[in-house]
Amino acid sequence: MLWSLLKAFVVGGAICAIGEVLVLKTKLTPARILVGYIVAGVILSALGLYAPLAEFAGAGATVPLTGFGHALTNGVKKAVQEIGFMGAFTGGLTSTAAGIAAAVFFGSLAALVFKPKAK
Amino acid sequence: MFDKNAKPSPQRQRQLDRYKQLVERMSPNSDMGQGLLRAFWVGGSICCFGQFLQEAGKMWLGMNNTAASTFCSTVLVLLTALLTGIGIWDKIGQYAGAGAFVPITGFANAMVSPAIEFKREGLVLGLGAKLFTIAGPVLVWGISASVVVGIIYAIWPW
Repeated sequence: MLWSLLKAFVVGGAICAIGEVLVLKTKLTPARILVGYIVAGVILSALGLYAPLAEFAGAGATVPLTGFGHALTNGVKKAVQEIGFMGAFTGGLTSTAAGIAAAVFFGSLAALVFKPKAK
Repeated sequence: MFDKNAKPSPQRQRQLDRYKQLVERMSPNSDMGQGLLRAFWVGGSICCFGQFLQEAGKMWLGMNNTAASTFCSTVLVLLTALLTGIGIWDKIGQYAGAGAFVPITGFANAMVSPAIEFKREGLVLGLGAKLFTIAGPVLVWGISASVVVGIIYAIWPW
């Protein structure tokens, strides 16, 4: 278990460090970097490059947003194999449903409970 | 009296230019190293904690792979929502930069933070709409890209 934690730490840290390079070296806003990361995840996964990384690093590859893109592509491919063409429209959200639903639910809950900071 | 607006002598000007160049050459580098290190260790720790959640789910809660990774992202999202609400996440974000916003925690923070801020504009167009200020574009582009991949895959499976 220690070894897998270390792998997750190093790979996840490296993916975040690449993001930090983009922050410091370019004028990209975090929102653009996040969009870039998820699209990069979709494309890398479609090319078959992300699955080996996810296999190796576990959460180190799936917790960063590129992993979200990887989950979208995985879901789409699986759904296309199962139900054919229409799977292109069902698979992505099926495989990422939990993350999105949790973010929406806990996000709105937190927003209801906590007060905005006085400025 | 010393005149602030007076032009410096050519010699002094060269000195100033050289100093400016030196500052430009030195400062981005040290900022960069520190920023990278911070992003690396905080981002790495978040992923490491995620891995721990997955293993814990499998080992002690009897989850399969899918349930364990769902458990991992759900807990990370929940913790981020809480930390954002009590104002601690802002500090982590300032410290770690990309280390805080690249993992799924950044996605959660990007939803909660504007939702809290704009709550006073109402529960529908304030909270409800602002939840997706940053998450919206991410979902739009991510889902669209995955649909394109799906269509290509349906035509030419590889």
